[in-house]
Amino acid sequence: MSNIPAELKYSKSHEWIKEEDGVFTIGLTDYAQSALGDIVFINLPEEGESVCAGDTFSDVESVKAVSDVFSPVTGTICAVNEALLDDPAQVNEAPYEAWLIQVRDVTATEDLLDAEGYAAVVAAEEA
Amino acid sequence: MKLLFERSRSGRGSDLLPACDVPAVSFDETLLRGTAPRLPEIAEVDLGRHYTELAKQTHGVNDGFYPLGSCTMKYNPRVNEEAAALPGFTQLHPLQPLESVQGALEVLHTAEKLLCEITGMDGMSFQPAAGAHGEYTGLLLIRKYHQSRGDSARTKILVPDSAHGTNPASAAMAGFQVVSVPSNNMGGVDLDALRRAAGPDTAGLMLTNPNTVGLFDANILEITRIVHEAGGLCYYDGANLNAIMGQARPGDMGFDCVHLNLHKTFSTPHGGGGPGSGPVGCKAALEPFLPAPRVRETEGGYTLYTPEETMGQVRSFYGNFLVVVKALAYLLTLGREGIPEASAGAVLNANYLMRKLAGAYTMSYDTPCMHEFVMTLEGLAHDSGVTAMDVAKRLLDFGIHPPTMYFPLIVHEALMVEPTETESPETLDQAAEVFLKILEEAKADPEGLHQAPHHCPIGRPDEVTAARNPILRYHFEG
Repeated sequence: MSNIPAELKYSKSHEWIKEEDGVFTIGLTDYAQSALGDIVFINLPEEGESVCAGDTFSDVESVKAVSDVFSPVTGTICAVNEALLDDPAQVNEAPYEAWLIQVRDVTATEDLLDAEGYAAVVAAEEA
Repeated sequence: MKLLFERSRSGRGSDLLPACDVPAVSFDETLLRGTAPRLPEIAEVDLGRHYTELAKQTHGVNDGFYPLGSCTMKYNPRVNEEAAALPGFTQLHPLQPLESVQGALEVLHTAEKLLCEITGMDGMSFQPAAGAHGEYTGLLLIRKYHQSRGDSARTKILVPDSAHGTNPASAAMAGFQVVSVPSNNMGGVDLDALRRAAGPDTAGLMLTNPNTVGLFDANILEITRIVHEAGGLCYYDGANLNAIMGQARPGDMGFDCVHLNLHKTFSTPHGGGGPGSGPVGCKAALEPFLPAPRVRETEGGYTLYTPEETMGQVRSFYGNFLVVVKALAYLLTLGREGIPEASAGAVLNANYLMRKLAGAYTMSYDTPCMHEFVMTLEGLAHDSGVTAMDVAKRLLDFGIHPPTMYFPLIVHEALMVEPTETESPETLDQAAEVFLKILEEAKADPEGLHQAPHHCPIGRPDEVTAARNPILRYHFEG
């Protein structure tokens, strides 16, 4: 069973989102990191770039495949977790601490799921 | 086993260089390196043993069955090598006078004519050195075409989500933005999604047909029509041409340009046995932009020319010329009758093996396939914990190269099997027995499969550490 913290929001494409004072922190869920397998490289955007809800902002490479990461919000990137460039394994070890980017000036968001809604998405994919 | 550097002993070596028979030239000191490179010093006998040991640890088409999906690992006939080893080909200099290389030019000209006939194209360049290089060159053709018409708004390339990873990578390299088009439930292009994606910003579409799940997209004429009506061009990735060679032509399906992999479809060696060759062919409208120099037949013999609007050179001289010699030997050996027979055999062999396995393994698409088929081991992984990786590793114990794993990405726990036409029914029967035996092992002893292979020189290399901390050069002690 994958870990789905109750206090976070989620996207159907397996990103978690935490909002604090208008800053949206975005990472990959436990289910996503487990499905990807050991992550060996993460490609991250630059601080100051804009992201658009539904568009890719990053790609993660595991020994199996390269996969896109989608932004659940539209806004401006105000921080990038550059520690992941040297140590992408953090996403496997602690997916809810190893955030990818932080976004502010958010003008739109996808329909975000709560933990219960996301658990249903995961259950459907595992079936 | 030991590396060459570890076998090295100072002063040992093989002096195979003949005496210098041209005047010695001295270089400007500033162009020379300060210290000699630390190259391994090894006697010829030890060098020979080193490479023989390496060869024994690999698996090639000459060792056994090699059903690596999408790679068309067919047998490489010896007659190809004989033709390519002729001194008239091997001892050429790329800049020698044209009248002394008429035979070599004729090879390029004849191979171009025959491959254009097979693909339904009007012109072809042999410069690209391999498949992805061919894709890139084909995309540059598309870019040049739009630029020549002053149409700078076409910045997007449509790529199905089942495509080979090189397609979006090549499009990005060529400066395009990639738009992913979803697949329908048969792994083909979703026509409605394609209609929504195609528009005034569409530069082109990249497609393989049959697609990456081994099925012929019956909507192909509609697909290319949608792209053309939006003003885009259609690019055919020749990765899967072995299914339709001599039966159907990309040019007749509405494609404007193609690349071929001579090292797949036309029986020249792959990988380290290569090099590869990824010629690019196109319709007349794109021909002025092909890489140059090109070969033309005149009354006075064959000659080279450079069209005014050419994109220039994408590689030195004429591409991997000796690979073209091998492919031409293959084309002439098989002839007009043999080429369609080869593709028919490839499709027959794939369906034969698929039917033998279909009762036990789950096929992703329960329908006759083209030259390859995709199985999903998701159910097995769920029930027994045995993954596609475990089955692939176990196959090595039986002298079979694993199928392509975890591709296409739209199928989970995928194994993609392409037997090719050069395998006998006996080989296919034996392979089917092995596949079925492994499935029984998976049920009886899943732990044993997690540990496989049991009889190979290397078991399970640590791919994660290799990817995270690659060692790319030898570290000398001291």
